[in-house]
Amino acid sequence: MAAPWAFLRLGIREWNGGTRSIHGMSESVAPGGNQKRRTLLQYLGDHFYDIQALREFLLLRQMLKLNRKNRSFIGINEKYGPYVTGALFILKLGGAVKFQDKEWIRPNERGRFSADFLAFREVPVEAVDASGCAINYLGLDNLSVALKELQSLSLQRCPNVDDWCLSRLYPLAGSLQELLLAGCPRVSERGLACLHHLQNLRRLDISDLPAVSHPGLTHILVEEMLPHCEVLGADWAQGLKLGPEQQPQDTSSPVSA
Amino acid sequence: MFRRVLQLGLGPGLLTRGLSTRRGVSTLDWDAKVSEFKKKIECILPGKPWETQLYDTSHLPPEQSDVVIIGGGIFGLSVAFWLKKLEKKQDAIRVLVVDQDHTYSQASSAGLSVGGIWQQFSMPENVRLSLFSVEFLRNINEYLAVVDAPPVDLRFNPSGCLLLASEKDAAALENNVKIQRQEGAKVCLMSPEQLQNKFPWVNTEGVALASYGMENEGWFDAWSLLQGLRRKVRSMGVLFCQGEVTRFITSSSCVEGPNGEEMVLKRIHKLHVKMDKSLEYQPVECAIVINAAGAWSGHIAKLAGIGKGPPGTLQGTKLPVEPRKRYVYLWHCPQGPGLETPLVADTSGVYFRREGLGSNYLGGCSPTEEEEPDPANLEVDHDFFQNKVWPHLAQRVPAFQTLKVQSAWAGYYDYNTFDQNGVVGPHPLVVNMYFATGFSGHGLQHALGVGRAVAEVVLEGEFKTINMSPFLFTRFYLEDKLQEYNIL
Repeated sequence: MAAPWAFLRLGIREWNGGTRSIHGMSESVAPGGNQKRRTLLQYLGDHFYDIQALREFLLLRQMLKLNRKNRSFIGINEKYGPYVTGALFILKLGGAVKFQDKEWIRPNERGRFSADFLAFREVPVEAVDASGCAINYLGLDNLSVALKELQSLSLQRCPNVDDWCLSRLYPLAGSLQELLLAGCPRVSERGLACLHHLQNLRRLDISDLPAVSHPGLTHILVEEMLPHCEVLGADWAQGLKLGPEQQPQDTSSPVSA
Repeated sequence: MFRRVLQLGLGPGLLTRGLSTRRGVSTLDWDAKVSEFKKKIECILPGKPWETQLYDTSHLPPEQSDVVIIGGGIFGLSVAFWLKKLEKKQDAIRVLVVDQDHTYSQASSAGLSVGGIWQQFSMPENVRLSLFSVEFLRNINEYLAVVDAPPVDLRFNPSGCLLLASEKDAAALENNVKIQRQEGAKVCLMSPEQLQNKFPWVNTEGVALASYGMENEGWFDAWSLLQGLRRKVRSMGVLFCQGEVTRFITSSSCVEGPNGEEMVLKRIHKLHVKMDKSLEYQPVECAIVINAAGAWSGHIAKLAGIGKGPPGTLQGTKLPVEPRKRYVYLWHCPQGPGLETPLVADTSGVYFRREGLGSNYLGGCSPTEEEEPDPANLEVDHDFFQNKVWPHLAQRVPAFQTLKVQSAWAGYYDYNTFDQNGVVGPHPLVVNMYFATGFSGHGLQHALGVGRAVAEVVLEGEFKTINMSPFLFTRFYLEDKLQEYNIL
């Protein structure tokens, strides 16, 4: 064998990294693409049915883990009310919460947070910062239905927020004034189209959305859709490829095909 | 030479059949195996044409399959998926999907479809089917996950669906919205003033009431759904074959009915699958046949002998599904409605939706009975747009007075001439044929729920998740119409 240590290290990395490499492989690599960086499990899975079943199980388990993180806390809702439930949910995921007239409550590096907000039964939640959290459609149910007076929501760089999640934000139309969506890899212009329900929105950040096909054009269309809102996002000239010294081709001749 | 004999005798037909599928059978049926073996040896002996045993049969379907699904569109693939997902043991059932065109050039559910999904129906079962489909589409990467394949990108536009009603339909619309809300759909009713505020580009003249779906409604890319299903279903072990079903071999038995009259029950034993552009066919022995052939389901039912009998009896009741041609037009209008445009269905039956970012719109209209175009080909009639669609569009959205048609195409609806609602479930007389067809234009959004219903009936004998018994075939004999309004 040419490089036994490299081969073993491949195996160890696979077991330590576990599902992350499988999920990474299935998300970003096209089938039949990167032949060189195949993991041990992938190689075995091509040759044995049991390993393939194991890989399918690991993929499914990762999705189930995500759904468990986003489950709704019915017991806590009955005991403490909707605001505390929403706050607890966000804090558990690693985000930050601000109650009305109170300070921001954030978990520390270990993920621990103080439990004094359990006393705030009647105090509405004003702002939620869920940047980078693994919140998805199910979890957003906990927010949009429960927190009726939410004014500011930050979903920057959330990897699981997609167009379906944006369509679930309409119950917050009465109060939401600030929405930050910068850096979400799954949000596209189709999800942005259903933000027109949020008529009270004053500040919307849609910069750096990789799934949006034409950022400049989308920015203009969203500005037209929400006339009272300040939209921060791509510069409208970003989509144009011509430099300022060149003439655009369509104005040169009146004859067109 | 002897090894070749062994290979033929103990070929794939024998080995894969015995082990996992016939759990409950105790005898080995040795006599049948011996006679098959003898037949194969006979063909090889000198004097017989032995070349015929050795040619390539990989393009032919297998000789035996537990379930054969006729039609590889969205209904066929959905039934195959749920059969494989709900079976008790892995690889317990062999499923074969037969489709006459693997490029799906005429399939109504694939590239030709407008791709809309909405919950605004008048029947509660239809609302439940749509909600089930939406939940499936939302979690599509959990259901259709294949290891090492990229996730399915449905390009779902959650922009909602807006139905406009005139004075005479307003009461029915309100009633329908009440039923939809009871089933859990999020629909809101709007008066003309509210409609004008929300969508300033609408001309509310003639509109008495509007219903607008707030979430779980919109449109998506049907082709990617089809390809995702195909990929997943293939990875679950379903076999595919391109061919046309030309004949059914059936056997009948006489049974005494509940009132003492004689009933003839038929059972399909084999069907002949003919290959494309050749006379070659393969008889496939099957236990259950699922008719998911879309616009051609009526033809398949006729081949199975459904409808051959005196009219007015159960034997003489035909499957009333026939192909109807519908046009879809794509136009460009730079001053048209903005990004928030939902799928709008006008009081006159004209519908349209936005397509992409470039001010392009898709739409069409269902013609009345007298104006039905000839379904023999898929040629587009542009005069239909000029005379029947554009005037209503321009009246409802004044910006559409200046538009330019970019392209148009035509597709078939599997139109149920009886009541425009689907047919699901077994046939009362042909005991092993099940239907999953006839949804007349909203098949795409109901296919996932219907697939699950048919799989449950096949595997367990009754509908478990959604009760589809109003959609059985017997309603054609009993003349029980399930009328659905809001047909687009």
